[in-house]
Amino acid sequence: MRVNLNVNGEDVTADNVWPGESLLYVLRERLGLPGSKNACEQGECGSCTVYFDGVTACSCMIAAGQAEGREVRTVEGLAEGTGKGGDRTLGVVQEAFVEAGAVQCGFCTPGLLVQTDDLLERTVGAPGDAEIREALAGNLCRCTGYEKIIDAVHLAAGRRAEEAGSGS
Amino acid sequence: MKATTKTVTTDLSSTTKDGLGASPRRPDGTLKVTGEFAYSSDLWMEGMLWGATLRSPHPHARILGIDVTEALRLPGVEAVLTHEDVPGAKRYGLEYQDQPVLAFDKVRYKGEAVAVVAADHPETARRAMERVRVDYEVLPPVSDSVRAAHDPEYPLVHEEGTLPVHEEYRQSGNRVRHQPIRSGDFAAAAESEEERLRVLERLRAEADAVVETEYEVGMQDQAFLGPESGMAVPAEDGGVDLYVATQWLHVDQKQIAPALGLPQDKVRLTLAGVGGAFGAREDLSMQIHAAMLALRTGKPVKFVYNREESFYGHVHRHPAKMRFEHGARADGTLVYATLEIIVDGGAYASATPAVVGVASSLGIGPYEVPHVMVDAYGVYTTNPPCGAMRGFGAVQACFGYESQMDKLASELGMHPVALRVKNAMAQGSRIITGQEIDMPLPMVEMLERARDLPMPVERTALEDPSDQRTLPGGVAGTTRGEGVVRGVGYGVGLKNLCFSEGFDDYSTARVRMEIVGGEPVVLVHTAAAEVGQGLVTIKGQIARTELGVERVAIAPSDTQVGSAGSSSASRQSYMTGGAVKVACEAVRESVFALARERGIVPSEAADAELSLVGGKVVSESAGVLVSLADLLGESASGGTVVEETREHHHRPTEVLDPTLGQGASHTQFGMCVHRAVVDVDVDLGLVKVVALDAVQDVGKVLHPQQLAGQIQGGSAQGLGLALTEEIQVKDSEIRNPSFTDYLIPTILDMPPMRIDVLEHPDPHAPYGLRGAGEPPTLSSTPAIVAAVRAATGRPLTHAPVRPEDIVGIEL
Repeated sequence: MRVNLNVNGEDVTADNVWPGESLLYVLRERLGLPGSKNACEQGECGSCTVYFDGVTACSCMIAAGQAEGREVRTVEGLAEGTGKGGDRTLGVVQEAFVEAGAVQCGFCTPGLLVQTDDLLERTVGAPGDAEIREALAGNLCRCTGYEKIIDAVHLAAGRRAEEAGSGS
Repeated sequence: MKATTKTVTTDLSSTTKDGLGASPRRPDGTLKVTGEFAYSSDLWMEGMLWGATLRSPHPHARILGIDVTEALRLPGVEAVLTHEDVPGAKRYGLEYQDQPVLAFDKVRYKGEAVAVVAADHPETARRAMERVRVDYEVLPPVSDSVRAAHDPEYPLVHEEGTLPVHEEYRQSGNRVRHQPIRSGDFAAAAESEEERLRVLERLRAEADAVVETEYEVGMQDQAFLGPESGMAVPAEDGGVDLYVATQWLHVDQKQIAPALGLPQDKVRLTLAGVGGAFGAREDLSMQIHAAMLALRTGKPVKFVYNREESFYGHVHRHPAKMRFEHGARADGTLVYATLEIIVDGGAYASATPAVVGVASSLGIGPYEVPHVMVDAYGVYTTNPPCGAMRGFGAVQACFGYESQMDKLASELGMHPVALRVKNAMAQGSRIITGQEIDMPLPMVEMLERARDLPMPVERTALEDPSDQRTLPGGVAGTTRGEGVVRGVGYGVGLKNLCFSEGFDDYSTARVRMEIVGGEPVVLVHTAAAEVGQGLVTIKGQIARTELGVERVAIAPSDTQVGSAGSSSASRQSYMTGGAVKVACEAVRESVFALARERGIVPSEAADAELSLVGGKVVSESAGVLVSLADLLGESASGGTVVEETREHHHRPTEVLDPTLGQGASHTQFGMCVHRAVVDVDVDLGLVKVVALDAVQDVGKVLHPQQLAGQIQGGSAQGLGLALTEEIQVKDSEIRNPSFTDYLIPTILDMPPMRIDVLEHPDPHAPYGLRGAGEPPTLSSTPAIVAAVRAATGRPLTHAPVRPEDIVGIEL
């Protein structure tokens, strides 16, 4: 079958999709966007988290056909100023994760970035530790013990507040 | 208290930005946050095929026949291979070559690979597997590790005469290795069972308190997030190029080439992005299978295991059954200890012999005990194969000896820290193998610091004690605080770092310096596996510090340079870090020699007076002599390129002797101390870890941020083993092969950690450093379990602690 969807702001089409394929598979294997990760493929680990019509979801749990006509935003769509000019500027959340040491093997990172982005989008003010933990409870990480991830979220939240404060 | 050892220079103060001691960003960090970093499961090539593995549904069965005809008929299927298609050696293995590439005659565990398929779509491959007919004669499982160790009547997992023989390991029957250790009076009575018993009776009589307990450690999974995956690409020379996630490229190559019937240089490996390892990637998974299919079809073949297959597709931490006995005087002084530990290796040996070597030699832990008798067994069963996991044999023993220390302390009315301090080892102590700890071991200081760290606030002092997020059970709302009891516990672990028992696990580094765009640029090339730990950062820091150059690039890891050994045993900073250091020193010497040749440096000036700082050759007396740019000249215009390759070997170690278990078998020792504070809902058996604080001596901090990440991550894996993580095996079958049922800690489960890092340099190690990755995984488990015991008064002899153990019901 053919699936038409919008990914990271671009209309794309995937052909010859087998109906049993997941959105994750289509992104990774048919659309050349392997950033969303395939760690459990059963909705337990959060590594494949994407925005699906603006709501975060595990893309492994969405059948390819369900993505017809929908808007998807993946980790590849988080960087600012991508595409033109070649040079990519990392988004605030991405920058914070690298800076705070929240990335080790990095396999859980794409899902955590999307989930953190969502948390900061919908939080007024700075999220506290307990809020961060609740928001990221569906994202497994085996390397870091999570502490530096929490540091990264605080760092990103602070920077976003600064940006908002400076009126940019 | 300050470090007292002065025998090694560890001044890392460097004028070079992002050198050692700083926390520069990981060079792969940007790619990892943009989604562009190419993990082994992300590889894609035009025309590639998908591989899939047909696995045994039985733990133990005879294979009567395999028929692939129907599978081959399915459109889109390009190859279906069985053991008959293995071009070379039919078996492989890390230490013993006992594991079939594809099963023949028998399957010995559920999930063993029987056939492999290559097809145009993963679903086609899956359907093809359903059409492979395998006739099995099902055999009873051989699942009891105790019987496997001791019962000569128990059925053999491997038929007599089918395995390679290693006399020194005292193999027999289902025993892969038996390692006894005898010290003190037990050594004198080594060969007579009767005499040993007499010694034991006498020692028991000398002791004021005797505690004897059986403990169990469940089978833990490494649970890395990036599943086994990779791609094999057939090459024009008849060889194959493999892009895989592994811990040790060269040991893979050494096992893959013979199975393919190819010389090693025709099997070239490049490290693909690795989504975590923790020991599970030390053994092969899809490597030979993908290569076989690629060579057969002439097309690239990609494998990606799913999570369930991953549980069957790699080795786990050995579950252990242990019986400890300790005797102590009234003042807490240990008199004697005995230990029998049986680790279940499952169907194939993997790293079992080495795990037995560690579990036995460190079996009693970092305590002075004059008379010790240890018997450690690694056995074959038809359970899932077990091998390397972070902590490697020391984790299991540590849970036992630390539980014993708490029990003794309680028996004698002592504080658990006081009992440990009373018997603590220090530099100059000898472990039970007779090996002297010839490096700092500030155990007493560490224990006291852990004890004196600030405590978390009491529940009643919380801003909102009824906030369910602070309670066991969390937002499930299982309690409002009633039935919640707090407990505190301690754990100490002693871990060997680098490979042991005579193994020369050297590493190789190639370092190249040239001038690009008027600036010196350094390229570091090793075969070392970056598995997330951050070695890729450390290599750059070392090059910057040693060569005074800011621009350092790290070449991809591959087999075009010599072996780096494994990314395991906490050894890569020591070994590959050491190799990069000596290669940099060689580059530096070459630069100085060149400067001397050109008359820039006076011929009588010794290298010791010279250094490389800020891209210049600097003399202590005369200041800046020449810039590297001027000395070497632009590389593209025929300038000089300096390149040196060097190996780094650690000091030799000894094999344990097979009867008394004596020998200096270890390279280095590491230690971590944990203090855990828990809140337990004693009615429901739910635990919330409130604090998990650590004191660790790392010799020298190379990258403070990455070090903290190792301690936090290692502690989290120990927390998992303490409370939730166990692969449940019944009749040799895994009952919970998913993240739904196998529970690794989430962000809700990990408390904030206070970390206190000590730096007592090891005079034998590069920069005085000590491997840091494993020690936290040892001590966090017993500390948490001790805290739960303190809260509940239950004996808790099984790790992980299950809710039913806490509330005291038998299931």
